[in-house]
Parts: sequence; structure tokens; C-alpha cells
Amino acid sequence: MSVDTLTRMDLSEAVFREVGLSRNDSADLVESVLGHMAEALVSGEQVKISSFGTFSTRDKNARIGRNPKTGEEVPIAPRRVLTFRPSHLMKERVDTGNKA
Amino acid sequence: MIKSELVQKIADENPHLYQRDVERIVGTIFDEIVEAMAEGKRVELRGFGAFSVKKREARTGRNPRTGETVNVEEKHVPFFKTGKLLRDRLNGK
Repeated sequence: MSVDTLTRMDLSEAVFREVGLSRNDSADLVESVLGHMAEALVSGEQVKISSFGTFSTRDKNARIGRNPKTGEEVPIAPRRVLTFRPSHLMKERVDTGNKA
Repeated sequence: MIKSELVQKIADENPHLYQRDVERIVGTIFDEIVEAMAEGKRVELRGFGAFSVKKREARTGRNPRTGETVNVEEKHVPFFKTGKLLRDRLNGK
């Protein structure tokens, strides 16, 4: 695993260090946080995490797409997409952190 | 759903934990993601999605009101790509 990529394992490790639960319980909690977020989004709810950002879903209409390689027209079915809007705090942290 | 409601759901499922510990756990998860991105790292949560940092090159912008040109500095912005499993679930698959 690349050191430049965090996974669930790193998040559970952080929970383990912070609260002192077992590694197993920490992993379960990370999973249940993601599970509840996904569940809310699938049911059409927005998920708003203060100082982190907002996840919301949007319905897209059907449209005719084009295969850029062959130029062939392909129908794109109507679909629901997820968008994430980062909070100001996140934008600020990410920008200043990557400046150095 | 807002963060406090998320905390409540987790607390309800884990009656052996103090509410304030659940708050710390949830807070730690989100902080960890932000800090990783601040270090230019990617956060890959299979099935859910991936957070990454995109670099926006410096450019010459224009104030749309006055037409005046302004220099916009290079910046780094957070980006989220939905995971395949969640994308399929959103579309009832």
C-alpha cells in the first residue's frame, strides 16, 4: 500500500489511538459511520458534516452521449449522482497544507 | 442528516460507549481525512468513494463585473469521486 493513500485501516488506526477501543471495534465503528452515511444518501437525504462538507444527490436527465474515440452516439440513461461540496475549513486546510 | 444525527445513530447502536466518545470517534474520522488531504494524500474508501487533492494552475482571471484582469494564484482543492458500489446503490442496482 502506498504511503500516499489512506484507507479504512488508517482511519480505524486513528480511532484506536484516539479512544483506546480494540482494533476490531475501531474498524467496526469506521464501517458503521460510512454505512450510515451511504444509507442516508441512498434514501435521498443530504449528509451535512460541519467543518467537513456536504454530500448531496442530484438527478440527471437522460441524454445522448458520444464515444469520443469512435464518434458513435450512445444513449445515457437517467441517473442519480452524488456530489460533495467541501466546507470552507476543508478548502482552507487543503490549500494551505499543500502550499508549503 | 447532520453530524449530530450521525453521532446519535452510532451511539444508539453502541450503548456501551459514552456519547462523548462517539463524538470523538466520528470527529477523529473526519479530521483524519482532512489532515491527510492537507498533506496531499489520497483517502480511498472502497465502496464509498475516494477523496483526493487537485491542483488548479495559476491563471489570469477577469472580474466579471468590471472586466478588469486579476491574477489568480495556483491552488489545491479537495475532490471526491463516488465509489462504484455506492454509485450503483444510488441507482437502485
